[in-house]
Amino acid sequence: MKKLLKNEGVQAFVAAIFCILAGLLIGYIVLLFINPSGASESILNIIKNFFTWSRPASRIKQLGNTLAKSMPLILCSLSILFSYKVGLFNIGTAGQYVAGACASLYAALAWGWGWLPCMIFAMVAGALLGGITGLLKAYCNVNEVISGIMLNWIALYTANTLLTTVKETASPYTLYLDKVTPGALLPTLGMDKWFGNDKVTIAVPLTMIVAVIVWIILSKTRLGYELKATGNNRNAAKYAGMAQNRNIIMTLMISGALAGLGASLLYQTGYMRWECTQSSVPSMGFNGIAAAFLGGLHPIGAVFSSFFIQHITDGGQYVNTNFYSSQISDVISSVIIYLCGFVLFIKLTMKKIIAKSDEKKGAKQ
Amino acid sequence: MGEAHKSEYAIEMLHITKKFPGIIANDDITLQLRHGEIHALLGENGAGKSTLMSVLFGLYQAEEGTIKKDGVEVKINNPNDANALGIGMVHQHFKLVECFTVLDNIILGVEPVGAMGFMQKKEARKKVLALSEKYGLQVDPDAKIEDITVGMQQRTEILKMLYRDNEILIFDEPTAVLTPQEITELMQIMRNLAAEGKSILFISHKLAEIMAVADRCTVLRKGKYIGTVETKNTNMEELSAMMVGRNVNFHVEKQPMHPGEVLLDVQHLTVPSKVHNNNAVKDVSFQVRRGEIVCIAGIDGNGQSELVYGLTGLEPITHGRILMDGKDITKASIRKRSTSGMSHIPEDRHKHGLVLDYSLEYNMVLQTYFESRFTDKIGFLRRKNIRSYSDDLIQQYDVRSGQGSVTPARAMSGGNQQKAIIAREIDKQPEVLVAVQPTRGLDVGAIEFIHKQLVAQRDAGKAVLLISLELDEVMDVPDRILVMYEGEIVGELDPKKTTQEELGLYMAGAKRDEVKNG
Repeated sequence: MKKLLKNEGVQAFVAAIFCILAGLLIGYIVLLFINPSGASESILNIIKNFFTWSRPASRIKQLGNTLAKSMPLILCSLSILFSYKVGLFNIGTAGQYVAGACASLYAALAWGWGWLPCMIFAMVAGALLGGITGLLKAYCNVNEVISGIMLNWIALYTANTLLTTVKETASPYTLYLDKVTPGALLPTLGMDKWFGNDKVTIAVPLTMIVAVIVWIILSKTRLGYELKATGNNRNAAKYAGMAQNRNIIMTLMISGALAGLGASLLYQTGYMRWECTQSSVPSMGFNGIAAAFLGGLHPIGAVFSSFFIQHITDGGQYVNTNFYSSQISDVISSVIIYLCGFVLFIKLTMKKIIAKSDEKKGAKQ
Repeated sequence: MGEAHKSEYAIEMLHITKKFPGIIANDDITLQLRHGEIHALLGENGAGKSTLMSVLFGLYQAEEGTIKKDGVEVKINNPNDANALGIGMVHQHFKLVECFTVLDNIILGVEPVGAMGFMQKKEARKKVLALSEKYGLQVDPDAKIEDITVGMQQRTEILKMLYRDNEILIFDEPTAVLTPQEITELMQIMRNLAAEGKSILFISHKLAEIMAVADRCTVLRKGKYIGTVETKNTNMEELSAMMVGRNVNFHVEKQPMHPGEVLLDVQHLTVPSKVHNNNAVKDVSFQVRRGEIVCIAGIDGNGQSELVYGLTGLEPITHGRILMDGKDITKASIRKRSTSGMSHIPEDRHKHGLVLDYSLEYNMVLQTYFESRFTDKIGFLRRKNIRSYSDDLIQQYDVRSGQGSVTPARAMSGGNQQKAIIAREIDKQPEVLVAVQPTRGLDVGAIEFIHKQLVAQRDAGKAVLLISLELDEVMDVPDRILVMYEGEIVGELDPKKTTQEELGLYMAGAKRDEVKNG
């Protein structure tokens, strides 16, 4: 049992489960405080999400929605964890996501590009924005968190300005993709029929492939070896003659490309439209941080953790609004997401407890 | 002082046993410190000296055994208990506030405070001056720590203990940072302290110093108590045999050298300092020939580190040229220098030498991972090759670790980490080997091994540049000694003809030659 608990992967998993349960518990307590009568039902609905529906067809359809929204979250958490492995905290993922959204929507709506060029354009936009952070970090030693946060805002207002040229006249939202450029919609590969939901697209298999590629790059290649060495010990990497500046810039560019791809995979399903008057950076990039940590900073772990977080977030809409105001769902899912960030802390505590009990056991021998 | 003691011993640690998972750090160890004696604690790294001291300081609780002060059993649960019992320690790395004055550092934590909360430094100054006179501890109470010599910093640490009326003084490897002259002074101070009735515990692995200053010596080996001997009834050979468990060859065996052509030619090298505005290395020139070991000696912080940084490309240089095997590598990248034949055993194995979170095998290829034998054309690591290469090196250089190639570097002992680095750097088949304090913090057995490797490289016709702070190493290993003082080379000595005293004068800046540049 203890041997099992010493395994890094198992530790990460147990810590993740612990955080999830703690998050649900605190969410439940919040609900109890506001109105005890609907609390149990509401928290159950959050956990059940699409299972709240009784008809199987409806369930599958709602599952499709959650899936569609999970993919960008997975990519954002991959973006976070990729740079994190190299010792960089890319909080600019949120802005790179915005850049991706802006690029794909603008290319689709203004220039009528097809889905693939739009997608690649989104990746390039994200990579360029990440590259700016990388350049500043590598050559001017500007902390990537500071430049990342500032670039987030720059990206947001640039996107608002640019996309205003392709918005509906009567609303702050961009034009409908399926009406203006249906060719920019992601192909569904027939999955739309199975799910009864045309938001389930090529994004799903593509994201899975990207997650596996990220995992392979990090664990099996020379590039991953260099990047992780830089992340673990910058001085040793320099000593070994690795090109540090190039690696920092490249890491943030790859990280940005992942975030940009995430945005394109959401907006090119037609699920959402860009609101050109929004004054806060979309939370997707930030939620990616929680998802990355909840997934134990492992690319495959990130797939599951992101899906779970999206699942809970979507479940929030089934909170009984007779008892609670509609914002409560956001509060609950935020609490859970917040707790998810504690995975590393829990893991560390677990390690300490194990080490202590080992010491005691050693003493008895 | 002067009053009759109830017990012969100031501190007794009786049958102390402390276990950690998988290892018994202290196995039934007894240490008895008499009043007014200097008692040495001798042992290799990992022998259990630190653990024993941690038990005495209340950092660890022993599973078995008792601690007695003046014959009365005491419980020491934390460092505050130890302080209350009058136990003080000078750590190997001083714990001083750099930007405070000597006086402020001494009273730190026990500041004399008046009724209104104002500090009353006058009283404190009087007490410090009295103590410093009584024990011959010369300090300037108003000088800032950052401005004074290491020797004076150490005296400040000693005064800190005396100011707190500590009766039992522990010195942890106190001579590591001192010049030979300062070491002599320190020993006199220790004798004064003992004569005044203080009891001193002197932790060291330097036999000559123990023989010179200690009354008795307790030896530990691999967590076990080996014995306590009177130093006047023993000799260095016996002590080292007790410490290592076998006879150790102190002198490095080597054939006369057969130097060939110049492999490393450093011309007018100037490297700026990162700490102050001056240059750390000032217009330094020297050559290392094929088949010789040249040692740069000097007290820590006289520009040796910066010289190596400039040489290996870790830091930019402002002036000068570096030629390796006739080729100009002044502007070459770190990687280029490495691939064209320079190996570098770094000063700080944790900072530069290893990626501690990587496995041993990944660390073994840190300098060569990009070669075609370890990375295929697409960029995938050839992990099978890495494994077998690492297994080879582990066997060849006797690198010991818990799980072989897959052991995290962090989980290895310092000596084996160093062996791994040496294996890696030597197996690269360098032309020029730059070894910076390669034996720092290692035990006698490992030191012997590393010295043999350096000599083997020399005999194989490589140029070896050794940077060392250890006098024994400086005297024993190289064929030529260059002494560095304040960023300049102030003397060239022949280890066969010079003495430690002469070397010390050069190192302290008291003597210098006009060394020819060229």
